[in-house]
Parts: sequence; structure tokens; C-alpha cells
Amino acid sequence: MKKTYLAIVLTALLAACSTTPTSAPVAEQTPQSAAQPAVVAAAQPIVNGNVSAGLYPAKGVGGALGDRSVFYDFDNYTVKDQYRPMVDAHGGFLLGNKAAKATLQGNCDERGSREYNLALGQRRADSVRKILVAKGVSDNQIETISFGKENPRNPGHDAAAWGENRRTDIVYQGE
Amino acid sequence: MKNKFLLQLSLLLLTLLALLVTPLVHAELTLEINVQGAHQTPIAVLPFAREASVGNSVSKVVGADLARSGLFTLVDGSDINPVPSDVSDLKIDTWKTRGASYVVVGNVTEQPNRRFEARFRLLDANTQVSRMSLAFSGSNEQYRLVAHHIADAIFENITGDKGVFSTRIAYITKNGKARSLKVADSDAFNEQTMLTANEPIISPRWSPDGTRMAYVTFELKRPIVVVQVLTTGARKIIANYKGNNSAPAWAPDGKQLAVVLSKDGIAQIYLVTTDGTGVARRLTSSSSIDTEPVFTPDGQFIYFTSDRGGSPQIYRVAVTGGDPQRVTFGSNYCVSPRLSPDGKQLVFVRRDEGAFHVVVQDLGSGQTQVMTESGLDESPTFAPNGRSILYSTQVQDRGILAIVSSDGRIRQKLTTQTGDVYEPVWGPYVQ
Repeated sequence: MKKTYLAIVLTALLAACSTTPTSAPVAEQTPQSAAQPAVVAAAQPIVNGNVSAGLYPAKGVGGALGDRSVFYDFDNYTVKDQYRPMVDAHGGFLLGNKAAKATLQGNCDERGSREYNLALGQRRADSVRKILVAKGVSDNQIETISFGKENPRNPGHDAAAWGENRRTDIVYQGE
Repeated sequence: MKNKFLLQLSLLLLTLLALLVTPLVHAELTLEINVQGAHQTPIAVLPFAREASVGNSVSKVVGADLARSGLFTLVDGSDINPVPSDVSDLKIDTWKTRGASYVVVGNVTEQPNRRFEARFRLLDANTQVSRMSLAFSGSNEQYRLVAHHIADAIFENITGDKGVFSTRIAYITKNGKARSLKVADSDAFNEQTMLTANEPIISPRWSPDGTRMAYVTFELKRPIVVVQVLTTGARKIIANYKGNNSAPAWAPDGKQLAVVLSKDGIAQIYLVTTDGTGVARRLTSSSSIDTEPVFTPDGQFIYFTSDRGGSPQIYRVAVTGGDPQRVTFGSNYCVSPRLSPDGKQLVFVRRDEGAFHVVVQDLGSGQTQVMTESGLDESPTFAPNGRSILYSTQVQDRGILAIVSSDGRIRQKLTTQTGDVYEPVWGPYVQ
């Protein structure tokens, strides 16, 4: 890639030593180089590894096992009692199907720091993981990650949208 | 070869655009400045003799830079005829009469291989003293960069602080699902794309020498930390552990990165080497969120965000470890710490009565100053001369960039034609 340089030539540096500007002496100095990579090259995509087909319960049917999402209050990661049956049902599925793998994906609303929200979303996912592990599910079957506030399900900017976006989704491999 | 041709074509188009003084076009940022109560020094940047001969207008870019700083007003000199080449051709009383405190006079000389040299002189219009005489050279395509260096020199001569016109900024744009990591000159011209993906990109951080960028990409459907070389596009994965990998922060020597990993449970701060070798060394050990690390300029401490006290606050810990000390108080939400180049001030985002503001805290006295009046501010970052803060905010539900001077008097907005722009970060001086 072509590298570009700016040669800076200091011809004279004269500060307030003369009242007649035409008499400015010229002192040549060694040219300096100020490198600046004017060219920016775009990156190639990182290729994802093998994603194998997986085992998962049908979505949207079968009561608690058909649901996938836990919702939270602002800046909070406590799993409310109303979501316990659903999380328990998935724990039972994972216990009974050792080949099944699930990713717990934490999400946040759009307010505040992106990185803090990324960590908060991870903590939300981790709160679900802890319930599953307490039921005996192997850590090898679950991974907790976060999208922070980067992938809002509801793109709105009001309380209803925010409530929908403070969430952990249980996503099975292959799903 | 095709890329090179496209680059030259785009540079040519950029040159034409500048000649026509056309507003910035689609996908680039548009700048708007608001100055309140700041003293502005009147300066006349006269057209440079023969500058049209190399197909550019160096003097206009110099003038635009100085005006954009908010510290100068331009005294119009576009009607001057003939254009003076140096002080000997100049009737300086004319410019004193027109109200200018300073006059810049200069000339352009063509050089072989489509290069040119621009010489200029800065004069005090009242005393007629020549304050500075300098020359810069560059390729014809680099005329904006040459002009930015001239503006930096004039700015430093008059204000005593280094100029940042020749520095660059990076930011993320989002249109639908497509996110792009972009780099542009500090005046938002010359926008170039480092990466485009249909997954989130966050937390770009310049290496101390400005040649590499660390950032977080979700291209593998989860966050990992990579470092990309600007000139080649080559990328190296720095952290790809189970769970989240995020929040990179360069050590001042460029050899270490602080990153946030959740591989051992919840988000904690680790140190890794930037050459990708070695294992991650855990720096913090809490049962709470520890994230957003940033090194102090001397490399001795790390400031970070933690909710170990029940709400997110900013703490400081020695790079060698030990007990972190809490730094922020007075709100139950203080996040996104960044330090001024001299290490004396902390800028962060604080929630006050439901609104998220950029706040500067003097680390000596502990006094804080709210810098913004908008409500959803994020990602504040100091300019390399410490005179202003670049951050993102929302206007009419769209993400835009904004700049506020350290005294709060000069405000700029940078907006895109469509979509959102966020996660700005100001690049370093390039030696």
C-alpha cells in the first residue's frame, strides 16, 4: 500500500523580534516527515465456523417450553417469579436432551452506555444460566452472551419499546 | 489496482467538491456550529498566490478550520486583486481597517510528481510583526491535509495550544442492519470505511500511534475483540473467549490492551498483549460488573465502570492490582469514563433525573460540570489537545455526533443524511 508522507519544511520561525515584516530572515531546517496513513483499507469478513444442526423444542407451542424470553426492569437482572416456570421447562428439556445446546442472549434498552449495557445484558443472561445450572444442566450445554442495546427487538423510543428490549432470549443451536 | 484507481477517483471528486464549495454529500457528516459568548479573534486568510494552479484551494480549508474552532471569525479577503504572494505585496493597513487582528498570506509552488509546496506567513495586523513563516509540502491530492497542518500551526501560534485540525476521528454508522466503522478527517471530510457488517460494531479505540484500531465486532454472532491495521485492512482477533469479549482499551505503550471478558462468569477486566500472544491476566475480581476500562496517560492506573456498590459508578485501580477506589458520587448512574490528555480531568456520562449528560470532573478538586443539555448522551472522548469533547447523542430519535469545548461555549453537531452515527472516538496526533 502506498505510504504517503508530508514533508514539513520549516523555512523560518520568527516571533515578534521585528516590526518590519519584510526583513524576516530565512533559516532552512532539515525537512521533517509527518506520516499519516491517508489510505484506509476495508477488512474482509470473519468467516464463521461450523454451525451444526441442533435439537430444540418447537417455538410458540407447548406452553412454557414454546416461550423463549425473560423480561426485566431497568438496570436490573433479577428473573421475576412469573418467568420461573418457563426457565424451569427449558432446564428440563436440556437435562433430557444432552445433545441440545442453547445460547442465552441478554438484551437491554437503548438508554445509557453501550458497554455497560453489554455487561448488563450478559448479567441478565447469566441470571438465567444460574437457574439452569442449579437444576443440574451442564455448563457445556449453555453459553451466555449479550447484544447489549445493539439489536433492539422493538426499535421504538418509549417505555413500551424499552420494556420489550430488556430481555434474555433462550436460543437453541440450529434454531 | 482497482482500489487504487477508486481512491484516486474519490480524491479527485473530493477536490472538485471542495472547489465548488459544495455541502457534504450523502453518507458523509454535515457540520453545524453554535458559539455562545466566546471571544473570537478576527483573522483574514487571503487566497494563496497560484493555489489554483495545483487544482485546489488550500487557503479556504485553512480558513474553514479556524472558523470551525469557534475561536476565530474570518475577515473576507476573497476580493483581493492581485493576490499577494508574500508580505512585500501586501497592504496590511487594508486588513487592519477591515477589522482583522491577524492576516495570513501565502503562495503555492508546483513540484514534480503532482506535488506542491505551500508557504505562508502569519502577520499581526496591528503591529505588522511577522509571527511565523512556514512551508508544508504534499501531493496535490493531500491539499486538505496540508491545509490542516497550516491551520494547526496558526492555531498554536495564536492560542498557545496545539491544533487538532490534522487529526482524525472514527465512528460507527448504522443504516437498517448495516453498520460501518468509519474514519474521517476532524472536519468530517475524507470519510473512509474500515468495516461494514450486518451485525453490531462497537467501542472503536485508536492505538496510541494512530495506525491500528481495536474494536468489538459481532460478526460471529457474539462480541469479540479485534485489532485492524488501518492501511492494510488486516485484522487480528485479540479476544475470542466463551461469552462476551468487549471494551478494548490501549495501554499508552501500545503493547497491552485491557479488555472485558465474561469467560469466568460475569464481565471482568483482563489484560492481554496486542500481538495476540500470552494468556489474559485478570485485573479485577468482583462479583459485579466491571467494564469500560481506560488507562491513565502515564499507564499506571485504570479507570472503569462497576456496579459493585449497587449502582454503576466509576472506580480507579492500579494496573498492578489492589483495591479499587470509587471516583464518582451524586448520581446512581455514572458510566463511560475517559481521561483528558493531561490526566487531570475525567469525562463520563451521568444520569440526572432521567437524562443522560456528559459531565467533566476535575480529579484534583472533585468538582463536576455538566457539559450538555441533551438527554441521551454517550461515548464522550477528549480531543488530543484537551480543548473539546466529542460525544454522541440523539436528536429527533436519530443518533448524531456533537462536540463541546471544554468551557462549554462552542458547540458543533455532526449529522448524517440518513441513519444513525454513534461511538465516536478522537484519534491521536500522528507524528
